[in-house]
Amino acid sequence: MTPHDDRMLLDTPFGSRVQAACELREWEPWKGYASPIAYEDMELEYFAVRNATGVFDLTPMTKYRIGGPDAAAFLNRLMTRDVGKIRPGRVGYAVWCNDAGMVLDDGTLFHLSRGDYRLCAQERCLDWLLTSALGLDLTIVDETAEVAALAVQGPTSCAALRAMGLEGLEALRPFGLRHYPFDGGELMVSRTGFTGDLGYEVWVAPAHAEALWDALFAAGRNHLIRPMGNAALELARIEAGFIQAGVDFVPAEQVVRHGRARSPFELGLDWLVDFDKGHFTGRGALLRERAEGSRFRFLRLDVEGNKPASESFILNKRGETVGHATSAAWCPSAKRNVALASLEMPWGRPEDELYAEIYTSRELRWTRVEARCRIIDGPIWDPPRRRQTPAPNF
Amino acid sequence: MKRMRQYDAIVIGAGHNGLCNAAYLAKAGLDVLVLERNPHIGGASVSRELYPGWTYSNCSYVCSLLRPEISRDLELAKHGLQVVPYHGGVTFTRDGDYFGNYPDAERLYREMARHSLRDANAYERFEADVTKQTRLIRQFLLATPPDPTSVKPKDLKGLIELASAFTGMGEEGLLDSVRFWTMSIGDFLDEYFESDVIKAHLSGSGVIGTALGVYSPGTAYVLLHHYMGEVDGNVGAWGFARGGMGAVANALANSLRACGGEIICDADVHRVIVERGRAAGVALADGTEYRAKLVVSNLDPKRTFLKCFDASDLPAAVVEQARNFKIRGSSGKLNIALDGLPTFNGLSPGSPLMLTDMHCTDSLERMERAYDDWKAGTWSKDPYVDMLIPTTVDPTMAPPGKHMMTVFVQYCPPTLADGPWTPEARDAFGQTVIDQLAEHSPNFKDLILDCEVRTPHELEDEVGLTEGNIFHGELTFDQLLFNRPFPGCAQYRGPLRGFYLCGSGTHPGGGVMAAPGANAAREILADLKRPDLTPPSYPND
Repeated sequence: MTPHDDRMLLDTPFGSRVQAACELREWEPWKGYASPIAYEDMELEYFAVRNATGVFDLTPMTKYRIGGPDAAAFLNRLMTRDVGKIRPGRVGYAVWCNDAGMVLDDGTLFHLSRGDYRLCAQERCLDWLLTSALGLDLTIVDETAEVAALAVQGPTSCAALRAMGLEGLEALRPFGLRHYPFDGGELMVSRTGFTGDLGYEVWVAPAHAEALWDALFAAGRNHLIRPMGNAALELARIEAGFIQAGVDFVPAEQVVRHGRARSPFELGLDWLVDFDKGHFTGRGALLRERAEGSRFRFLRLDVEGNKPASESFILNKRGETVGHATSAAWCPSAKRNVALASLEMPWGRPEDELYAEIYTSRELRWTRVEARCRIIDGPIWDPPRRRQTPAPNF
Repeated sequence: MKRMRQYDAIVIGAGHNGLCNAAYLAKAGLDVLVLERNPHIGGASVSRELYPGWTYSNCSYVCSLLRPEISRDLELAKHGLQVVPYHGGVTFTRDGDYFGNYPDAERLYREMARHSLRDANAYERFEADVTKQTRLIRQFLLATPPDPTSVKPKDLKGLIELASAFTGMGEEGLLDSVRFWTMSIGDFLDEYFESDVIKAHLSGSGVIGTALGVYSPGTAYVLLHHYMGEVDGNVGAWGFARGGMGAVANALANSLRACGGEIICDADVHRVIVERGRAAGVALADGTEYRAKLVVSNLDPKRTFLKCFDASDLPAAVVEQARNFKIRGSSGKLNIALDGLPTFNGLSPGSPLMLTDMHCTDSLERMERAYDDWKAGTWSKDPYVDMLIPTTVDPTMAPPGKHMMTVFVQYCPPTLADGPWTPEARDAFGQTVIDQLAEHSPNFKDLILDCEVRTPHELEDEVGLTEGNIFHGELTFDQLLFNRPFPGCAQYRGPLRGFYLCGSGTHPGGGVMAAPGANAAREILADLKRPDLTPPSYPND
């Protein structure tokens, strides 16, 4: 039994450094940890990601270690995609559903070595994992507190990490993994992230966390490195078009009201569903959905004007409500006013005229506009450096 | 025989539902009289200074179920009611540790994980599933249950609403609901959790006030009954009425008086006067008669029909139904004046867990064994307690630095196997509870200045609750909705014209909710062809 800890919020292993850097003292709770909303200036932090390097403490993300002879079979049963295609040393994005085909969560699966995986996700799901593991030979360990992690993201991120001594990092392909000795221990570096840019995630045992922070910021100084808070990351991920659990969908186990959960198809994640790989949880329901049609369509919209369509209703040409925006932001690098939106079927067809109902206040005078929305096909922000190997220096 | 003036309506009993009912009738312009047997109003929603300087909520002790629509509509805040929320709970374990049910979700996760990581992960699913059921029932609290045998448009509409609420939960939701409403709290919790102390902690709400064990079918619903209230829109939250639970009754009484209603205390109704098949007034034990066009009983159904009527004035079937009505006493109460704040299992006085409900039963096994004693006709030798120290939040109930402790105790039978309760047996019961608390609190016994011990005998004798049942009748499925208290009387109308029920023995049941009082007023006003003044439910969004 772990000892009592009566504190409201915990610090991550980077806590001492994060506290020192968080000049704005704007914090929010994230899975029981104190997490900065912004350190100094949200705008500078966002632009660090797009122009230099932003560093984000992602330690509170839920992390499970899944290993054993049946680990791959288990994950293939759990997830909708073919996990067998994620080779050792590679990382894959995945979703998992309940029997009704409703999304429980999304996350990244790290194939550390043959039969040894780390699942990294926003929500906790140990109860579901253990239930799904019945009859299989594997172990599942919650290692959230045992692994500290920093996202190091932006055009100079590779240069900064190389300056820290991670030689040859430029050769690491997107969704690849590498290990480096560090501080008498080991760093794991993956070319992954939540910003849609060139970037890495660095994983380390808590005992080496402060040393990592110090080494990284010392090495990155000339590469204009800066810590970033949740606000900057949120903007970057909307610009990248990524969805977030609890924001763009309600994890199915948390849903109280009938019909509020979403399937992968209803979140635009069709490409993650592989019906040819054999059985997986939710397969029957998803096959039915494919045959009978979905209830919702998830879209990325470019909204006319520059006012974010936050919490906006989406209207059709006749002014009827056909959906709502789940996330929205003016995206400074893509120069688009992006809204992620959930629409009722059949709305959101190419021919549909859609409008976002946006309320704005200027000096206590509220105005309401119906801004035309255009459906975005393809990525919103996709700089070549994101995929280039070797990674460019800046 | 003294003859008094004629009233439009007489309400028997100044409990919170009687006062609420009277307030709505008075608001509608009726000339209303409330008659109370005790020298004070409130029934089981009462604050009493039984030890100088200390106020005891000596029956009900926390507030959540009180319908916010009624509280607002009757301006209870203006009339003196303030409910201060508290959150969470703690169960002390025999090994000197505890499980803290922290109000903050993440700290609760951490605390649950300390006992079982898997349980901490299952809690989200448990909470979502209970919330589904809570949402289902909440929309029917301020509504008269439809009569399933009736073809009146009103009943048909009500039945359609009931059916659509169930079907609105989806196929799985419907099946889950039927299971939930009929299963035991122990079985329900076993489906989610593995930790003994976590299950024991969460099971308490399934048996409080109920003469059933944690593995008795129907107790899962009782849990819901404790989760369906709210404080300021925070569903499931509980709070302290500032000044004790008497503040609820006092505010209702003030609201009633502001509408012109009248309350007479020390007026023990002996009999409902029946003339030409309709209720015509009441006669007190001292022979005083009060006449009225209609009579409303806030008393439980058993007491109402078996003690306040000549049996010959009632249909025999109703007398039989009242006899069969299940209203078994299961709980007792200790109200304790303390010279200071006790410490528990090493919990620091500044811990947020000191502001919560506290318990000492750390397994379902012990919960069930406590019930076994009740079945054998004795109080639990290892009882389940629901204990709070309201003075950690409310500065009005004891002198500064001193404290008041309210200890709800289960199980405690209405009569003992070897005969009725005696003062000696009552004291022995109290000592059992004190000894149990002292197991977890080294300084507790030394701090006791005064202790009021109440068994079901006192609850019946002093408050009027038959067998000491705090809910005016068991909250089992056979006595809920259109079966509460029993078919034929489930829409607040009694078996005689001009006679109504408004107590917790009617839908939606026990607790300081005021919904039965308001629902009964709605039916009475409809019968009088007067506009409905009772508030509609807030939308269930």
